[in-house]
Amino acid sequence: MSNLFDLAVTVNRVRYERAVEPHILLSDFLRHDIGLTGTHVGCEHGVCGACTVLFDGQPVRSCLLFAVQTHGHEVTTVEGLGTIDNLHPIQEAFHEAHGLQCGFCTPGILTTLVPFLEQNPNPSEAEIRAAISGNLCRCTGYQHIVDAVKLAAEKMRA
Amino acid sequence: MTTKFIGKRVKRNEDPRLLTGQAQFVDDVEIPGMLHAAFLRSDYAHARLLSIDVSEARKRAGVVAVFTAEDMGDDWQPGPPLVSPPPTVKDVIFHSRRQVPLVKDKVRHAGEAIAVVIAESRYIAEDAVEDILVEFEPLEAVIDLEKGLEAGSPLVHDDLESNLAAHLFQKKGDYEAAREKADLVIARRIVVDRGAAAAMENRGIVTDWDKKSQHLTVWDTTQAPIPIRNGLVARLGLSEHKVRVIAPFIGGGFGPKMMMFYPEEMLIPWVSMKLNRPIKWIEDRRENFYATTQERGQIHDVEIALSKDGHILGLKDIFLHDTGAYDPYGLTTPLNTQCHVMGPYDIKNFTSEVSVVFTNKTLVTPVRGAGRPQGIYIIERLLDIAARELGIDLIAIRKRNLIPPDAFPYEHEIIDQAFAPLVLDSGNYWPVMEKALEMVGYDQFIEYEQPRLRAEGKYVGIGVIPFLESTGVGPYEGARVTVEASGKINVATGIGTQGQGHFTSFAQIVAEQLGVAVCDVRIVTGDTAEFHWGTGTFASRGAVVAGNAIHASASIVRQKVLKLASKILKTPEEELELEDGLVRVIDIPHKSISLGELALLANPLRGAVQPGTEPGLEATAYFGPQYGATAFGTHAMILEIDPETMMLEIKRYITVEDCGTVLNPLILEGQIHGGVSMGIGNAYYEKLHFDENGQLLNASFADYLIPSATELPRIEVGHVETQSPLNELGAKGVGEAGTLPVPALFAQAIENALNNRDLEILETPLSPNRLYELLRPNEEKSR
Repeated sequence: MSNLFDLAVTVNRVRYERAVEPHILLSDFLRHDIGLTGTHVGCEHGVCGACTVLFDGQPVRSCLLFAVQTHGHEVTTVEGLGTIDNLHPIQEAFHEAHGLQCGFCTPGILTTLVPFLEQNPNPSEAEIRAAISGNLCRCTGYQHIVDAVKLAAEKMRA
Repeated sequence: MTTKFIGKRVKRNEDPRLLTGQAQFVDDVEIPGMLHAAFLRSDYAHARLLSIDVSEARKRAGVVAVFTAEDMGDDWQPGPPLVSPPPTVKDVIFHSRRQVPLVKDKVRHAGEAIAVVIAESRYIAEDAVEDILVEFEPLEAVIDLEKGLEAGSPLVHDDLESNLAAHLFQKKGDYEAAREKADLVIARRIVVDRGAAAAMENRGIVTDWDKKSQHLTVWDTTQAPIPIRNGLVARLGLSEHKVRVIAPFIGGGFGPKMMMFYPEEMLIPWVSMKLNRPIKWIEDRRENFYATTQERGQIHDVEIALSKDGHILGLKDIFLHDTGAYDPYGLTTPLNTQCHVMGPYDIKNFTSEVSVVFTNKTLVTPVRGAGRPQGIYIIERLLDIAARELGIDLIAIRKRNLIPPDAFPYEHEIIDQAFAPLVLDSGNYWPVMEKALEMVGYDQFIEYEQPRLRAEGKYVGIGVIPFLESTGVGPYEGARVTVEASGKINVATGIGTQGQGHFTSFAQIVAEQLGVAVCDVRIVTGDTAEFHWGTGTFASRGAVVAGNAIHASASIVRQKVLKLASKILKTPEEELELEDGLVRVIDIPHKSISLGELALLANPLRGAVQPGTEPGLEATAYFGPQYGATAFGTHAMILEIDPETMMLEIKRYITVEDCGTVLNPLILEGQIHGGVSMGIGNAYYEKLHFDENGQLLNASFADYLIPSATELPRIEVGHVETQSPLNELGAKGVGEAGTLPVPALFAQAIENALNNRDLEILETPLSPNRLYELLRPNEEKSR
């Protein structure tokens, strides 16, 4: 292809330089070009929120962005939060409160919550529900997710 | 029974991987040289296919191949039947018409696949789909169930005389005689419409054919990897050990991933072998709305006969069931409706007649609930109407008719979805209902709260609905439990897993027997290379059927462990205990040997063994129940309706569940929360709107509203345990339970809140708009 774009983006604190086609979605770039398959794609029309990642710290739908739009920016995916041996407090709280079942929507919810809890260290249940209202989950009925967020907030305040 | 692990709120083994993006889903599989598939699907619901021109698509750079039905030659054949018609019912009619890999002559639903493009990337494949030219002759679509059965209706399948797919009659006692004696007969038409399962992960399949080793590997978002393997073997003419099907982490199943074979499942492995290349196909959300199976469309003409004191004398239900364009799933769903329309009530006289109708809509197969919510909706609506007409309290009429605890096992004299006699194994219903009433504060609400709030002008209502669920049906599942030299336990079972927590609840069952930590039990599900007997995850049966197979295997391994340890520790088996990964002499804790050491000793490299000795500490066992275990529950709800917008707010939501032995309360609560949330979607938000041409008008998450966190209430969960006598664990299933009573509960609570005697809700799903429409004629009347 002649019209490749030289993309330079930092993902999870690692700098990637790739020649990409301009129409490649950020979600596909993350998943298939650099192998970060933790970001999931549920609807590809920006509603379900499963593909949410952080773009310079703010949650965005990676299925609604082209990879080239992240040129020169920082992206954080679920892989950038914590590891199996060293979970992020939000991940820990989801484990303890059973905040996930199939786990498909979970990465998008976790990334949505990182800036939310930074800005609202002591959120009410209604605030939590509003914060995740753009993330659809078909398994949990959200209740254990809400419990997990409360627990995460406690952990992060401690 | 005192337990150490079973019944405990154990955190899930699978979570750390899922939480860190390290769990493999089908779309995460990457294979060097992999090609990507995209489908051309029909925009018409019903049309004759006149011609297809794929020449431009084939010319596009990056396109490797395009296949149509024609290109498949003799390999083009309809999918195998998934469930056969019931053999034990007299005069059953069943016309088996199965889905095809690609449309050959006629399109039968919008979204049916016509051609597949294989290209270097999904982007190219999707672009090339647009290059294909198709000439259709549009035909009038069969959408309405009743019109579909009228003489002169267009036919979904031209070789049949009508759109009747099946007809089944079942009876118990003598309804007509019971009707003669009745003080009150209520006859109503009740309509249930379609919804989507809408798992967050769409379907997908990756296939890798290795020509030199003649080995096919398939990653599939299926709830039933073993039947998929068996079907592919039969279809592709391969040996069973040459086909490996893996259902890795699956992003929600809810029934439609139990359907097989989807056209893509037939086609992609075939293409992989043709091209000798790995292929990936991942469904998009729009395809999921059109091509993944759906459920619940039925029209019931139903009649209930009662005595004046509210005893049910008999029930007669004549209904139509929408099966969509094909019927590979047999009669499972309508049979479930027949088996649940009597609810948890002692009904002696029953007649049920179902006509299954082909329509030009997406195929119907079970969706979480699977015919049961329709049955529950119908009987509960009728009881609400009966209570109103007889002037009996809503709770009293139910209590009066519940099957009493001494009547179990209770024989219903009809057959269930497994074609086994419908026998309710065990139950004690009233205490469950009573607990729900207590939890919701029923009396307090009716006597004080509601009058007070009504006086303030608020439209608040309460609902209480009991229900039962047949679960844990056959035929069987199996498992192999192995103590490894590391001292960790490996367990393989054939069912797939889609978020139910099997990696943990099954590990608890094994830990209980072998005295190891739950995190030291590694569970493998859904990989035919690890375990190759079984059927699948459906009918709320994983914990019951696979769970008991695992329990049986672990029990045998425990015996082997004790036998060997007794020899080595020179201590009688009765004096040994399994704790902390060790076999210890009770009271002499330092006299012990680890399970890992025993595993090594059980698999000697040299020396002689007793003839007949089996190596290792391993056992394989199977569990197949005679019939299903029946769970019971009650939901209660208090809601408030905004009379202007018809938006409602759920103030309290209570569930009390009796699913026998609880393996893990944390996981159980999660299952119930999820079931209820899907039920709330079914009841008030979700409906698939097909127009008269068979076009789905809301095929996106922007238009098809699945509940988000702001619509759902906090759900309070209570438990009662009546163990099933049918299996050693005493377990009953619960996966689908949460969905079952919710539409009936909404109807009851909405009627109660609006307190308008002209409002009689006889349909589901509802929505704010629909409720407004239902009330509007009444409003005009009152003016």
